[in-house]
Amino acid sequence: MSVVPLPDLHTESLVAAACAGDRRALSRLISLVENDPAVRPAVLAKIYPLTGRARLLGVTGPPGVGKSTLVNRLVGSFRAGGQQVAVVAVDPTSPFSGGAILGDRVRMQERAVDPGVFIRSLATRGHLGGLSLATRDVVRVMDAAGFEIIIVETVGTGQSEVDIMDLAHTVIVVSAPGAGDDIQAQKAGILEIADVLVVNKADRDGADQLVAQLQMMLDLAPSSSGADTWRPPIVRVVASEGTGVDALMAAGADHAAWLAKGDRMAERLNRRAGRELFELVAHMAANAARIAAEADGQWMQLVADVAARRLDPYAAARTVLSFLSAGAVGR
Amino acid sequence: MRKVRVLVAKPGLDGHDRGAKVVARALRDAGMEVIYTGLHQTPEQIANAALQEDVDIVAMSILSGAHNTLVPKTINLMHSLGLDDVSVLVGGIIPEDDVPGLTRAGVAKVFGPGSTLESIVAAAKASVRRTVA
Repeated sequence: MSVVPLPDLHTESLVAAACAGDRRALSRLISLVENDPAVRPAVLAKIYPLTGRARLLGVTGPPGVGKSTLVNRLVGSFRAGGQQVAVVAVDPTSPFSGGAILGDRVRMQERAVDPGVFIRSLATRGHLGGLSLATRDVVRVMDAAGFEIIIVETVGTGQSEVDIMDLAHTVIVVSAPGAGDDIQAQKAGILEIADVLVVNKADRDGADQLVAQLQMMLDLAPSSSGADTWRPPIVRVVASEGTGVDALMAAGADHAAWLAKGDRMAERLNRRAGRELFELVAHMAANAARIAAEADGQWMQLVADVAARRLDPYAAARTVLSFLSAGAVGR
Repeated sequence: MRKVRVLVAKPGLDGHDRGAKVVARALRDAGMEVIYTGLHQTPEQIANAALQEDVDIVAMSILSGAHNTLVPKTINLMHSLGLDDVSVLVGGIIPEDDVPGLTRAGVAKVFGPGSTLESIVAAAKASVRRTVA
């Protein structure tokens, strides 16, 4: 092999190289997007028109149910179909050291040398929704780089890590027997966001009961009636052996076909775009207002007033927002 | 904010990863993001994982005695992928006589039995060649 020259770190050339298939540039670009909020807008402006082409699958569920092993199998199935696959695997950051051990690749070793696969591990960096804050934009970079399938594996989740719902087209929620009480806890949480339910380790004792519990939960769900609702299929899988993976692929394809009918996909994407836009506006406006209030020397005074109970926080917030004027945002 | 990213890998056939896991944990506790790839890695797998994860450091643990083959091969593959600014650390059962050869091959530091975690963490931090904001 010849020596590949190091791509320079200018955003523009990195984007061009990443989209032309340079994996080193892609990797660097992902780091840039993950690490530097200041360059994210410039990268997004370049790549956004190229996104929206990939099919996005989310894989979530409690720790130890076999998410990474399942993702490895899904990658294999999509590769057998000739599709280019990217994986984002998220693991938690230690709240004490800020470091992280990202171990999802252990179950995907065999994919490391497949040129049609790109796997990136991300740490949550303090974000609590099951993904890191940069995950959405990292996925967009992969989308722009031409991957047809992007699988996002969340951290091991409990009840409220539902960020994946706003990112994936199809959310696969994985459970396994032997975690019976967890299922109770999950009822109100991540099970509700499932488009496909997987019972992994289905060769173990308790798998039938787990399937029955999930069926019952679906029967009781308020959304289970009505013509235009999707009832998540329950798929039994033994990911370590590959059993049931074909059925899972079929269930995913069914959901994609359902989503593609009528306005369902458009509605979903619209809802997400609205939420993302609101979040960004809130974030940018808040920053701009604070910077303006600080420039005016008022921020510290308002903080002190709230702390000393001379002013209530709502009134203080209104005052801070009053510093917003046209042109102040986005600087 | 950038974090130092380290790939911890066990190349070759030996099946003892306790040391690698302890080191991974120590690097995590030093605030680094450690991508742990597990046992029986080929040089190709390690080099590709280092590229995809955009790491600053590749740390290899080898107890099998095959370091004189596996380490240069991995480093050569990394260079062929353009990973010239990624530093390489090696730990394990490495005879003193083999250290100069590994250093010539591009290893930043070799850690034999009895190395302290403090010395490994310090060497990892010192070996980072890219700027950390």
